[in-house]
Amino acid sequence: MTWYLFQLLLQASLMTIFVSVLSIFAGLGFAVLLSAMRMSGNRVLFGGAGLFISFFRGVPLLVQLLLIFNLLPVIGITLPSLATAIIGLSLSTAAYQAENLRGGFEGVPIGLVESAEMAGFSRLQTFIYIRTPIALRMTFPALVNEAILILKASSLVSVVGLVELTKMAQNLAASTYQPLPIFASAGLIYLVINLIVAFAARRAEDALPGLPAK
Amino acid sequence: MTDSAISIKNVSKQFGDTVVLRDINLEVPKGQVSCLIGPSGSGKSTLLRCMAFLEQANAGTILIEGEPVGFVDGPNGRRRQTAAELRRARSKIGMVFQQFNLWPHMTALGNVSASLRRVRKMSKAEAEAIAMRQLEKVDLKERAHHYPSQLSGGQQQRVAIARALALDPTIMLFDEPTSALDPELTGEVLNVMRTLADEGMTMVVVTHEIGFAASVGNKVCFLDHGKLLFHDTPEKVFAAPRNPRLEQFLDTYLDRGAFLVQ
Repeated sequence: MTWYLFQLLLQASLMTIFVSVLSIFAGLGFAVLLSAMRMSGNRVLFGGAGLFISFFRGVPLLVQLLLIFNLLPVIGITLPSLATAIIGLSLSTAAYQAENLRGGFEGVPIGLVESAEMAGFSRLQTFIYIRTPIALRMTFPALVNEAILILKASSLVSVVGLVELTKMAQNLAASTYQPLPIFASAGLIYLVINLIVAFAARRAEDALPGLPAK
Repeated sequence: MTDSAISIKNVSKQFGDTVVLRDINLEVPKGQVSCLIGPSGSGKSTLLRCMAFLEQANAGTILIEGEPVGFVDGPNGRRRQTAAELRRARSKIGMVFQQFNLWPHMTALGNVSASLRRVRKMSKAEAEAIAMRQLEKVDLKERAHHYPSQLSGGQQQRVAIARALALDPTIMLFDEPTSALDPELTGEVLNVMRTLADEGMTMVVVTHEIGFAASVGNKVCFLDHGKLLFHDTPEKVFAAPRNPRLEQFLDTYLDRGAFLVQ
């Protein structure tokens, strides 16, 4: 295990971070949309969101990624592996984040919605300016938990041909015959990234106004 | 009739089998303070919430300055107003809740300016200038950048009053505005309400503060078991209660008052 090999791992971890961060935020946006569909009162939208969540929670991420990777070319769409990876990860995390958010949306006190109605807010405005920010705050710890899971799950995207931290470690292990130090280093890098995420989240939680617990 | 800010005709309301309001008829005169009193479960909060269409009456009509709220009569009987019609009908009303219902993720200033920005589409600067004036009116200018969790209950309720006033309503509805406050904080909220009353705001106040009803109210309405039993000036209601049920209700307050003095 040399410094050079470690540097290669660090470089690859940038790809891990890039893919994960993009997927987490895209997934969160999509999760809010799924929540809106479930709260719309429209049966088709409600059913569609439910079906989506059931599928992406019920099928292993690895299978999802392979499905998307193999399905898209069949219907005439060819995307680079980076895009495929981000789509796969964000759809999957959206399903989980939507479930997390459900608890938050259900926990928004009805009085806060009534006061928005009396202030002249439309349903959409109430959803955007009142319900969503409060639901996000209430479920913040669960959302961070999901973000950490996605950071680790991003190791699966190597199956669509993307070279991120895990794939790089596999490549290096195969070419240097030193699997142990290399995978140990990769594990350490994942651990450090997630510790930083957890620390930042804790700080953000303290700084966020309007958490019902305070 | 044209002097009525709110006109309630034959309003009934039930939750399942429980009848909450029985054939209520009430005219709320413009520029006056009407206080709704009565024991718990008498329907006074429900009646107030019906005026804002936060509850739907099962029968009867409610007119806000002559315009129907919630339901309109059409060729095929009454129908629910569209969301836009309801917003227009409600735009004359400001509502203050027992639990304040401030949005916890916004500062006091944010709470008061939000509707001006989102509903009235004002610029941030314009909305905040108006919001600041409203906060000044309730004596909370220095607390403008505090979040609700950093304010006392009395301060939160005053922010809620400022928020309701920001949209320039002609009628203010108060749903037990001081019931969640300790006696010390109750005073500061009642003072703000007193000032509003002096300015000629039309107010409907559901309250257990009999003293406030007696001194500020122009009309006192006594509800019991969903019926409007009594509706008159405070002098007539409190000086010589003619109704046995009202007398009994007021007695419990006198008892409590006597107990507190000891």
